[in-house]
Amino acid sequence: MSLPPLVEPADELTVDEVRRYSRHLIIPDVGMDGQKRLKNAKVLVVGAGGLGSPALLYLAAAGVGTLGIVDFDVVDESNLQRQVIHGQSDVGKPKAESARESIEEVNPYVNVILHKERLDSSNVLEIFGGYDLILDGTDNFATRYLVNDAAVLLNKPYVWGSIFRFDGQVSVFWNEYGPNYRDLYPEPPPPGMVPSCAEGGVLGVLCAAIGSVMVNEAIKLITGIGDTLVGRLMIYDALEMTWRTVKVRKDPEAEPITELIDYEAFCGTVSQEAQEAAAGSTITARELKDMMDRGEDFYLVDVREKNEYEIVSIPGSVLIPKGEFLNGEAFGKLPQDKRIVLHCKSGGRSAEALAALKGAGFGDAVHVGGGVLAWVNQVDPSLPTY
Amino acid sequence: MSVSVRVPTILRGYTSDAAEVSAEGGTLSEVLADLEANHPGIRARILDDSGRIRRFVNVYVGDEDVRFAQGLETATPSGSQVSIIPAVAGGC
Repeated sequence: MSLPPLVEPADELTVDEVRRYSRHLIIPDVGMDGQKRLKNAKVLVVGAGGLGSPALLYLAAAGVGTLGIVDFDVVDESNLQRQVIHGQSDVGKPKAESARESIEEVNPYVNVILHKERLDSSNVLEIFGGYDLILDGTDNFATRYLVNDAAVLLNKPYVWGSIFRFDGQVSVFWNEYGPNYRDLYPEPPPPGMVPSCAEGGVLGVLCAAIGSVMVNEAIKLITGIGDTLVGRLMIYDALEMTWRTVKVRKDPEAEPITELIDYEAFCGTVSQEAQEAAAGSTITARELKDMMDRGEDFYLVDVREKNEYEIVSIPGSVLIPKGEFLNGEAFGKLPQDKRIVLHCKSGGRSAEALAALKGAGFGDAVHVGGGVLAWVNQVDPSLPTY
Repeated sequence: MSVSVRVPTILRGYTSDAAEVSAEGGTLSEVLADLEANHPGIRARILDDSGRIRRFVNVYVGDEDVRFAQGLETATPSGSQVSIIPAVAGGC
């Protein structure tokens, strides 16, 4: 869909800026007018992670005048496989600060604004209010719906991208001109049904493919050129190397968005059943170690996936993935005369499996709060984390 | 009435990792029944307990969302492509 330019042009470009952006300026569709619009644009990137990294670098290089970054996290070594705006020496540093340093090196003419806080219902409208356009590269459904609803309420467009393993999806949502995210996906999946990147993994370079399309769309929206992805969803398969496009329509039955809601409750992080199962049936990694040291007779089950088990595991654990608890296959593999102890990476999946296990009659089963990460942290720091 | 069905990564556990499988049926409902017969368990990830398409999954015939066509009764002409597109949140 072809749309009017989002941003008015800046008064002028300096001589230095003309030199820097010359390869844009000689494209007829961009030209001085388009580059001045980029200079005047204020773009907010939510999440300086996998998608935010390439997006911020290319937005900065393209000459977007003001770049905001929302991120409360710090750089971890496991980020560096894909989050190319951060480097080895940034490990432990706030991602927002690390990203700013990289941007300043790419383009010193960009004004960078940091929001080192978690985006929530209390601050989202104020933060978004200062920008023309938002890029959403966050990693959870609660923030996805928060970004959407805030953008709708403020009548701002946003570019949306998401990634998982080898698959990417990207679109532009602008309620005034087309559908919003709730028209595409009215409700989030129940917690535990769709794995996150942290659980399922992501091919690092997938971030570049999707992040670059996001910036492409941002530039088109700002300058008013081309046909944007408003009303279309692009789906990328990196294994088959295909891009497909499907239509997204406004849902005539959708409830109008009139206010922000409690997004954690809307999306849940752990299901109600899992919370109830885990209440009073959660042990710490340290308690697990004590049970081992006392020689207690129990059966330790790791409910993660095989690849994760190969990275790091708790000694003596048996691998039975969560899916086998949910479809019932696991129960026949478990001893009836021993207490069952479940664990996963950080405690979410094992709580889901625990609910199924208790439902099958294993009343004294427990799970390890914090999972194998807590084990590494509290019991054996020599083991790797992921 | 053979159609090809695009299977997203998170459902490929049901199709022996195949990204595309063929299925028979003149409507989406029949295609999903045939899919379930050959790949048990997959339909429950697309439809809820009362048989409706889950609200976080979109099913397309060609490039049209069946929610805006005839839902499960949407015709699936021979040779058409059915795509299952679940919500994915990852950006990390």
